[in-house]
Amino acid sequence: MDKVFPSLEEAIKDIPDGATVGFTGFFTCGNPIFLTRALAKHGAKNLTIVVMQLGVGNEEINDLLKNGQVKKAICNYPFYRSFSRRSLFEELLRAGKVECDLYPMGTFAEKLRAAGAGIPAFYTPTGAGTLIAEGKEARVFEGKECLLETALPLDYGFVHAWKADRAGNVVFRKTARNYNPDVARAAKITIVEAENIVEAGEIDPDLVHLPGVYVTRVVKVERPTINVTIEAPAK
Amino acid sequence: MAKTFEGIARELIALRIANEIPDGSYANLGIGIPTLVSNWIEGRDIVLEAEVGMLNTGPLAFDEQIDQDLINASCQPVTELPGSSYFASSESFAMIRGGRMDYAVLGALQVAENGDYAGWNVPSANRGKLGNIGGSMDLSVGAKHLFIAMEHATTTGEPKILKRCTYPITAKGVVKKIFTNLAVIEITPKGLVLKEVAPGLTSADVQSVTEAKLIVDPDLKEIGL
Repeated sequence: MDKVFPSLEEAIKDIPDGATVGFTGFFTCGNPIFLTRALAKHGAKNLTIVVMQLGVGNEEINDLLKNGQVKKAICNYPFYRSFSRRSLFEELLRAGKVECDLYPMGTFAEKLRAAGAGIPAFYTPTGAGTLIAEGKEARVFEGKECLLETALPLDYGFVHAWKADRAGNVVFRKTARNYNPDVARAAKITIVEAENIVEAGEIDPDLVHLPGVYVTRVVKVERPTINVTIEAPAK
Repeated sequence: MAKTFEGIARELIALRIANEIPDGSYANLGIGIPTLVSNWIEGRDIVLEAEVGMLNTGPLAFDEQIDQDLINASCQPVTELPGSSYFASSESFAMIRGGRMDYAVLGALQVAENGDYAGWNVPSANRGKLGNIGGSMDLSVGAKHLFIAMEHATTTGEPKILKRCTYPITAKGVVKKIFTNLAVIEITPKGLVLKEVAPGLTSADVQSVTEAKLIVDPDLKEIGL
């Protein structure tokens, strides 16, 4: 099985309008920036994007917003850290041009994990008794109030890898791993941008972080240069 | 405007908290004053967890040490230590909700005498039911001991330690201790117990900028640094 695609454009060209697309990345770390840029060029509209956060150190997601490609974002950290600064996403939200579903970070990750593991829903103590419990079924287990949360399956998952082999086995690097394994498992079609591509057999099977069964397509990209900062660049 | 007290510096609030966390603990530090706790535990046998998916997070990285693939949950470049490990976000929160964190130290906008606290949504920001929740709700329900580190009152002297939170809460009845520039307060079934006060302050001073009633510990001390 050879999962390597010749280009980013080829790897994402079947993404239709209205798709649900998941993006890995934790603030500046491990974002699939090349696939996201390609999606901005591709122009698919009415997208539901599933991504940890919006606008902070992630200009590529901002490009999708600027293009009007996003209908809804599902996230856990929608705004700038400061209560006084507004991101593009916040402006669009206030103008009623995008929607937002918010979950606690652990629930967000577990919704992805559950989707990949064939678990349609789960109970978690996180968020019980808070605003995010509104409209959710609550039940007490072992004396703890818990909320029913559902899995979050993705049509497409964008993953950034340090190394992949042609069979789709993947190795991540340091904290750039973050949501990658969860996004990859949750998606029907998982597309990996990899800084390095090697032949099958060149990755020690004991050291594979993501087995190839979860990976649909692999594309070679350059190692990006990332400015590690949470503040948006000055305009 | 209410009377204000300066109390101790943010770095010293962090030191006081570091003294409270025993060797052999796993701990998670939130953004703000909690992050400063990491400056006081070098050489201690305390393993820090970062929500991004790392155990045994090392000191901040500078200059050539900076690796773009290695950050903490506050998006600061950090370093590895012997025994560090990396894992996926879902696993990071499995260990948090699963009770593996002995301590979580988080910031707050308000704390109430019933152990509720609020830290993710300021009504005046007018963001409705949305806000940056991040990992705070998971840490709150998962950690064995939840400590709050914050300034005791707002910049205009309004109390942040209240009978009940007026902002949307992060979690119900979870806070064990509050560490501020003015005091160390324990949350007990009987109410808030004032354990320690900043040098030069009296329990009455602390009460004057605290809405909730403080029970003064018979053994009241100066903040132990």
